[in-house]
Amino acid sequence: MSPAALEKEIAELERQIASLKQMADEHELDVGAELRKLEVKLERRRRESYQNLSAVERVQLARHSKRPLTQAYLERAITAIKELHGDRAFRDDEALVGGWARLNGESVMLIGHQKGRDMKENLRRNFGMPHPEGYRKALRLMQLAEKFGRPVVTLIDTPGAYPGIGAEERGQAEAIARNLREMARLRVPILAVVIGEGGSGGALALGVAARILMLENAIYSVLSPEGCAADLWKTASAKDLAAEALKLTARDLQRLGVIDEVVPEPVGGAQLDWDAAAAQLQAAMTRHLQALTAVDPDTLRQQRWQKYEALGAWVERQSKPRRSGKH
Amino acid sequence: MAWFRKPKQKLSASDRRDLPSDVFDKCPECGEILYRARLEQNLFVCPECGYHNRIGAEDYLRLLLDGGEYREFGLELRSADPLEFVDLKPYPERLAAAERQHGEGDAVRTVTGRLEDIAIALAVMDFSFIGGSMGSVVGEKIARLIRVALQEQRPLIIVSTSGGARMMEGILSLMQMAKTSALLAQLHEAAIPFVSVLTDPTTGGVTASYAMLGDVHVAEPGALIGFAGPRVIEQTIKQELPGGFQRSEFLLEHGMVDMIVDRRALKASIAKLLRHMLNRPEPAAAVSPG
Ligand SMILES: [Zn+2]
Repeated sequence: MSPAALEKEIAELERQIASLKQMADEHELDVGAELRKLEVKLERRRRESYQNLSAVERVQLARHSKRPLTQAYLERAITAIKELHGDRAFRDDEALVGGWARLNGESVMLIGHQKGRDMKENLRRNFGMPHPEGYRKALRLMQLAEKFGRPVVTLIDTPGAYPGIGAEERGQAEAIARNLREMARLRVPILAVVIGEGGSGGALALGVAARILMLENAIYSVLSPEGCAADLWKTASAKDLAAEALKLTARDLQRLGVIDEVVPEPVGGAQLDWDAAAAQLQAAMTRHLQALTAVDPDTLRQQRWQKYEALGAWVERQSKPRRSGKH
Repeated sequence: MAWFRKPKQKLSASDRRDLPSDVFDKCPECGEILYRARLEQNLFVCPECGYHNRIGAEDYLRLLLDGGEYREFGLELRSADPLEFVDLKPYPERLAAAERQHGEGDAVRTVTGRLEDIAIALAVMDFSFIGGSMGSVVGEKIARLIRVALQEQRPLIIVSTSGGARMMEGILSLMQMAKTSALLAQLHEAAIPFVSVLTDPTTGGVTASYAMLGDVHVAEPGALIGFAGPRVIEQTIKQELPGGFQRSEFLLEHGMVDMIVDRRALKASIAKLLRHMLNRPEPAAAVSPG
């Protein structure tokens, strides 16, 4: 069934259920059996429709205004966070939060991008787009975790690292690059989870991990569909084409070997049931963290290096011989 | 060289008509008409104002390596088009066109050779191949080169120039930043020197990975170096950028590069730096101040 036909049938089923309920109320009829049959069918169709979401629809869900943000998971999946502040060099960047947290009683260092819920909070949190000092705070916290042998968990949800004058002056590129190298070196487990938008280098700067999870409707991309459309199609209106072409959904990334597991969300998306979404995430995080903490530090690092060294898609053509230059 | 840079001007059609264009070039900075052979002899640095014209990977190999001799690696590597990406045209067509025009398989060349008699591993990017963008092949070639550097204890030099990630390879192009950085983590721990040379322009994912992970950062004069491109920043902050923003001199002032080196002195500068990091004496004949 095509997505459009499916949508039509879902709407029709919803209409039938509503009128059946109304009729039952008005005439005091017992329609229980009928109703259940329709509801089961509706649920099945909804599931079907949800599984067939296009990349464009996933982008919309990943950016949904009611989607749970880092803070929502902190309040549910994690207990007793002691938030820590500042990069010890410039300022505290509130686009990125972190601190000691407990996951099933275990002490972990939790670090995540933090978007705002409303305009006022978004101004404070810069729409979840960190400056270099945000990434430097993250690195400071990761190295603090390493010092005390505690694992690091990162929650990724950012449109990207902020492109501005101050960010460039203070070395946005250097801050991201250093995180990539130092995360590769870290002697404690790192578990990364893409919970919403994984926007380019600004996401990757929290994302170098042997295990990466991704929520079902999260996206992760080298560039936003809007940016890609402008650069390659030369028109912003091609953003839907770009969203499909970029292969940025959780299933795509799993197929490409970038992420290790897709964490299911409640049917229809995490925005419909924050508690259920957090419970699913907590279960997945716990399972992976248990596996990672059983591994010794040297092997942990080896696993991380091997994962990244294998990433990429190239072919070897044997036509050209090895060249030596002499001028 | 002026700290403030005038916008670059390309030779207009009428300018071209006035000049025998295969013999003369007009400097985009000072406007001086230059005899091509003299410019080439001067490594494409304007003898009048010091403006550094962009040069290709082959030029840097010749400039940096003793006798211009090298052994090249990874020539057989080509992108596998993992996303089957099509924008206005299919990605394989873009790759094939770039290869035909350019004669190279991708945007970086990786070699071993000697620089003032120091055995080095050298990567040189080329902006003319799809904007020097980093995809799987650039990442893999640099990864293999770093493995050679690790195995043979060779100092690493990377000459960067790049518009950023290869969008047509999607998330896998982003992952090349982590891949190259993971190998540089190993090089760092092995205390093998890495000199990053930044040339015009170096932006995006290349800057936010290996180009900013050198033990020493050397920039050519006037090079555009940054994370975000100036156009993206202007659109975001909705104001014009100050003159000299994101140029080498700006990065030196803000502590992001160690030195700005004229191309004509690049080889000697790198050699001096390597000898310090390798704890080797300066050759007796070449002892000079600085
Ligand atoms: Zn000039």
